[in-house]
Amino acid sequence: MPFLFIARRSRIVNGHFISHQSQNPNPICLDPMARSTALPLLLKRICRSLDSPIHLGPTRSITYMPRPGDDTPRAVTLIPGDGIGPLVTGAVEQVMEVMHAPVFFERYEVHGHMKSMPHDVIESIKKNKVCLKGGLMTPVGGGVNSLNVQLRKELDLYASLVHCFNLPGLPTRHENVDIVVIRENTEGEYAGLEHEVVPGVVESLKVITKMCSERIAQYAFEYAYLNNRKKVTAVHKANIMKLADGLFLESCREVATKYPAIEYSEIIVDNCCMQLVSRPEQFDVMVTPNLYGNLVANTAAGIAGGTGVMPGGNVGADHAVFEQGASAGNVGNERILQKKKANPVALLLSSAMLLRHLQFPSFADRLETAVKRVVSEGKHRTKDVGGQSTTQEVVDAVIAALD
Amino acid sequence: MARRSLPVLKQLCARSASSDLFPNLLRLGLASGSARPVTYMPRPGDGAPRAVTLIPGDGIGPLVTGAVEQVMEAMHAPVYFERYDVHGDMKSVPPEVIESIRKNKVCLKGGLRTPVGGGVSSLNVQLRKELDLYASLVNCFNLPGLPTRHENVDIVVVRENTEGEYSGLEHEVVPGVVESLKVMTKFCSERIAKYAFEYAYLNNRKKVTAVHKANIMKLADGLFLESCREVASKYPSIKYNEIIVDNCCMQLVSKPEQFDVMVTPNLYGNLVANTAAGIAGGTGVMPGGNVGADHAVFEQGASAGNVGKEKIVEQKKANPVALLLSSAMMLRHLQFPSFADRLETAVKRVIREGRCRTKDLGGDSTTQEVVDAVIANLD
Repeated sequence: MPFLFIARRSRIVNGHFISHQSQNPNPICLDPMARSTALPLLLKRICRSLDSPIHLGPTRSITYMPRPGDDTPRAVTLIPGDGIGPLVTGAVEQVMEVMHAPVFFERYEVHGHMKSMPHDVIESIKKNKVCLKGGLMTPVGGGVNSLNVQLRKELDLYASLVHCFNLPGLPTRHENVDIVVIRENTEGEYAGLEHEVVPGVVESLKVITKMCSERIAQYAFEYAYLNNRKKVTAVHKANIMKLADGLFLESCREVATKYPAIEYSEIIVDNCCMQLVSRPEQFDVMVTPNLYGNLVANTAAGIAGGTGVMPGGNVGADHAVFEQGASAGNVGNERILQKKKANPVALLLSSAMLLRHLQFPSFADRLETAVKRVVSEGKHRTKDVGGQSTTQEVVDAVIAALD
Repeated sequence: MARRSLPVLKQLCARSASSDLFPNLLRLGLASGSARPVTYMPRPGDGAPRAVTLIPGDGIGPLVTGAVEQVMEAMHAPVYFERYDVHGDMKSVPPEVIESIRKNKVCLKGGLRTPVGGGVSSLNVQLRKELDLYASLVNCFNLPGLPTRHENVDIVVVRENTEGEYSGLEHEVVPGVVESLKVMTKFCSERIAKYAFEYAYLNNRKKVTAVHKANIMKLADGLFLESCREVASKYPSIKYNEIIVDNCCMQLVSKPEQFDVMVTPNLYGNLVANTAAGIAGGTGVMPGGNVGADHAVFEQGASAGNVGKEKIVEQKKANPVALLLSSAMMLRHLQFPSFADRLETAVKRVIREGRCRTKDLGGDSTTQEVVDAVIANLD
């Protein structure tokens, strides 16, 4: 009975349950005033929660016992980026401020048209190990390489993770979507090795290596194991690209044998796209090479509510960079920028992932609860999910919904 | 037109006694297919039967091509099929099949199963390269009576069929490292762009969208985009725009009504076509084909599921609608428009009634039941 569980472990302040956390300097269990009103309040909460269980908050049944000094503020590199980037990273900064989260941001200006990532930014991320960034606009056509890709290669962030799921209260055409797309981030079609053989003929190299395929498969199964996921699906086109995607598949199969409790299956990418739009509930965790992962992640984000709400990040052995999950629309267009109607939900949920990565789970829970509450109430929605609010209005609503 | 009016009048008189006239009129009016105001005046000898190469293929292929043969028989269409057995595990397409297609210029085929992993190359791809069928076309649209999550879908995906990621040029540099070449040429990009705009022009389409990833693959997809832009300048009345492929996938699932004709390189086209087919009702109902300068091969539009699974083959529940609509496209290609109209009308009527649907559309019928329903609905 989750209700009673929370009653035992939380405080009651002003009739609201707060999931316990020893971060608070005044850890009182129940003040005398609240204790007398506890039971009727509890009953009222139970009755209310039968209609809207989301308001009960996350049911964390484990006791979180921090080590002394765990609340030391952590430094996080912040790259506002281009387009709507500054708008949405500003949203995250405001919310973190209000929550008094033990993070502080070191801001660095980077723009998509720069030749390469400035050296001090890379140094900062190497020092802090964690970064939050908005999108960097990559110019189409020759000239400048994508800074997003360059950052991932420089820091060897080999796994890109996008979590696509239906948010309660957000109407979509597809139900029961809960897909995690794990995409290889450093090689494959994005090797950037192109050359013009003769005028009018261009060759582009797609490089697949055993090492990269193995580690991304390892990460995917590890993720599934740690997060109690049942199935991992490898996405490929090995009927056509037999050697390249064949190598990827071999690596996945090898790693799958080490995790017998997790179901492993393979699907050809064109069938996968079709299954995603007809029966998305069959997918759980998907591991893919670089290009297919890009398309599958954006399709899955689209069916689950749009790229404006899906969280995600890039992780490597030593560093992690969190940004809006799926890559489409992370810079936005002129109009959204002028009217300041960018959707901050994706980056807010990604920053909750960041807080978990930094081992501040209760802050992460509070933030996620508040954001999900705002989305389910549906009063403050930006244009991409069918509303008319500005970014600031959504941020204010989230702040107001924070416990 | 006079040929068809007598059975129509007979039907009207027969049904007016028993049930409402109005719904029938509406049904016949709507179901008379595209309202063809043009009088079709054939040249003498146009009714001579044409030979069409038929490749039943693997898996559900024989089932659905058999369905087409039955319907053509029932319609007395002036086509006869020259059947050739090809299977996906053969080393290459037999030369007599290629010869037959070169002679007949038109072919209808079921799917050929390509083994995953090393060994045999895909025979589907080999056939397209051999006959230089450089354009693959899939028409994805909502069928009335078939419930889908997306409305107002009417997308034609024109996909380059011969080069790009499907060049088949792979090699293992050192053990554990594989390189795969993606080759883009101006020649191929130009002719596929030209085909797409030509298609749009001839079929009264308003917009052509080029799908690319030129922010990452600057030279390769950049070349593709340049060719598209050049051709676009020659068709000023058709709107042209470009979209990056990941954004395209997301837009397809959220606002598919914004797309009209899409022109894409090989791999993106495969994914976009299957996604579009999925949102519009599934690959079991979307027609399509591959066309080149001299030949045309018609098959189920989107490639996923064109061989089917064991279970479907055993229970004989494959969906013949896609191949029936593709054979209607084939009849138009052979310049038998009224037969094509009759076939399409019958198929659309069966779908709208919704009584005979195979498993992938949510029903329980077998292939044969659907075929019988289509034959019964032929005028």
